Amino acid sequence: MKKKIYTYSEAINEAFKYILKKYPESFVIGQGLWSPWYVGNTMKDLPEKFGKKRIIESPVSEAGITGIAVGASLNKMKPIVIHPRMDFMLLAADAIVNQSSKWKFMLGGANSSTVTIRSIINRGAEQGAQHSQSLYSMFANIPGIIIVIPSTPQDAFELLIKSVLTKSTVIYVDDRWLYSEKSEINFNFLKKKENLLNIKPKIFKKGNDITLISLGYGMKILQNIDEKLKKENISSEIIDLRIINPFNAKVCINSAQKTKRVCVLDYGWGNCGISSEVISRISENNNKSSKKIKFLKITLPDFPAPTNKLNERDYYISPSKILNKIKKTFFK
Amino acid sequence: MFVKKLKNFTNKSMLNDLKNLSDPLKYSKLINVKGMKKKDLKIFLQNMMLIRNTENKVAHLVKNKVINCPAHLCTGQEAISVGVLSNCRKGDMVYGNHRSHGHYLALGGDIKKLFLELQGKPQGCSKGMGGSMHIVDRSVGFEGSVPIVAGTIPTAVGAALKSKLKQDKTISIAFFGDGACEEGSFHECLNFSSLHSLPIIFVAENNLFSSHLDIHLRQPSNRLARYAEAHKIKNFTVDGNDVVKVFKTIKNNMNKLRNGKGPLFIECISYRHLGHVGHDENVDVGVNRTLKDLKNWKKNDPILRLSRSLNKKKIFSKKYIENLDFKINQKVEQFYKYSKKIKLIKNKKIKEYIY
Repeated sequence: MKKKIYTYSEAINEAFKYILKKYPESFVIGQGLWSPWYVGNTMKDLPEKFGKKRIIESPVSEAGITGIAVGASLNKMKPIVIHPRMDFMLLAADAIVNQSSKWKFMLGGANSSTVTIRSIINRGAEQGAQHSQSLYSMFANIPGIIIVIPSTPQDAFELLIKSVLTKSTVIYVDDRWLYSEKSEINFNFLKKKENLLNIKPKIFKKGNDITLISLGYGMKILQNIDEKLKKENISSEIIDLRIINPFNAKVCINSAQKTKRVCVLDYGWGNCGISSEVISRISENNNKSSKKIKFLKITLPDFPAPTNKLNERDYYISPSKILNKIKKTFFK
Repeated sequence: MFVKKLKNFTNKSMLNDLKNLSDPLKYSKLINVKGMKKKDLKIFLQNMMLIRNTENKVAHLVKNKVINCPAHLCTGQEAISVGVLSNCRKGDMVYGNHRSHGHYLALGGDIKKLFLELQGKPQGCSKGMGGSMHIVDRSVGFEGSVPIVAGTIPTAVGAALKSKLKQDKTISIAFFGDGACEEGSFHECLNFSSLHSLPIIFVAENNLFSSHLDIHLRQPSNRLARYAEAHKIKNFTVDGNDVVKVFKTIKNNMNKLRNGKGPLFIECISYRHLGHVGHDENVDVGVNRTLKDLKNWKKNDPILRLSRSLNKKKIFSKKYIENLDFKINQKVEQFYKYSKKIKLIKNKKIKEYIY
């Protein structure tokens, strides 16, 4: 296939087209699927192209619908459930946490739930506490759920296809604040059969002075910070976590042992979150080293998202503030 | 009689919408076997006896601490499993709950593997990973059971969605109790399956208790089929201790179901002879669960009623039936003895069941 430039949202749309065309047992179910604006343009043309029988617009029943998709996946179908906002997905916690992630284990491998749950993060624009949450760390605490968080159009495309083909429960989290990001997509991976579980965090950019680690939307911020650090002759190594459960920390550990400076940025909350897990894994693996690694953890403040515009501006920490913190911690 | 008692607990007047079905003394004692083949009646009786004898054995083993996982026994409710599942054919998908030994056995699930599972042995039906509450035998269409209340209702609806998308004329069946009807996802599932005319049978085993608590203290009416009406689903409320009635109700609707005119909701009224979990009768635990009620319900025992009816109609002699039960009991003992000989070892594949 030829290379082409895609936006992040177009990449998701392309992945759906690829899956639905190639696998007749695949279908999509959730709210807002027949609306052109509800889930960005990620579902564009799908009902027309593949029929409303396979692009199923559902009642407002997150728990039931997610459980139903689990049931279909246990019977050789390839369902993708869509939760247009991650906040509402909490209603489906039983289907995800108690049923899907444990089915194979509880029944000694007799069957496995292979459902893909696409969950979308949106935030800002005075939407407030119930329209803003990045809850992936909560679910990453549960063994049996693969949590995929793409930050580039390539990963948005590639990891969605791999999620659907994986014989496990997958939560695929995409971020509305990344929808207009553009890049080229390389289709070569389609020729290889690579298991989603073999995909690790990726070195987005090599460097020597500091390791910057993030995921999803945070990756966009890190690129901005990297530009600024470059001007001050600081070379940063950037790591995109991509899959946070099961979490393979090796790439982070190796980079941290090289740079001895680690900044983890997460646009979710800090307590018991993936940012803490990254630092913990690096620390545990640095016990024998004589040189200390310095850490900085940047997350959202420990309170829900406000609606007031000015409070909101403080809440989603800006690149310049992050840069100041980095300089103060590592390079003063 | 529940209505009378209720006044002690709530100030709302309880609707006994089940009328006579909630009172075992008002049941018709004989089962109408008209139009049934002798062969089928024998199978019904045998299967119910198999479940009863297995559950009795399990209760004994729980009491003696041979089986240590939580075991929720279905003694007294055998007619529902047998009546419903005798309508299944290959490809149908059945989902259970915490109280599923009967479902598993009525479908022909492997008894040896059930005994092994209850003892936690890796040769069990769930490789010793499930115990009593998580059992499966996909070779007979028993797709799995788990204990979260209403947990497998969406799963079964998902299976029915598969049947509809593939148009393969299979159906799915969800077994659940009266407690599950108080869960949100139950209502979401009724709504969705009605909207999409899914080929699923919702089997509400209404034993009038959820764990320790009487239905009258949990719902304003004791009739569960009212929920199906709200969702425009064809529904029946039947005597769940009458295996022929349960069987025929499903059978008469099966064609429509297989041809895309689902769903179907059947509420079967019954009563469990044992407590919510374990081997004893729990008359001291349940709110409103009295020894007197239990005695009355035992007179309404589904196996006893079928046996008497068959005897009265001169289809099988009393002696023949006793002999049948004796033989089945011997078989159950043999299967247990086999499972007992196998040594308990760790399941070494435990990490292979996660992803």
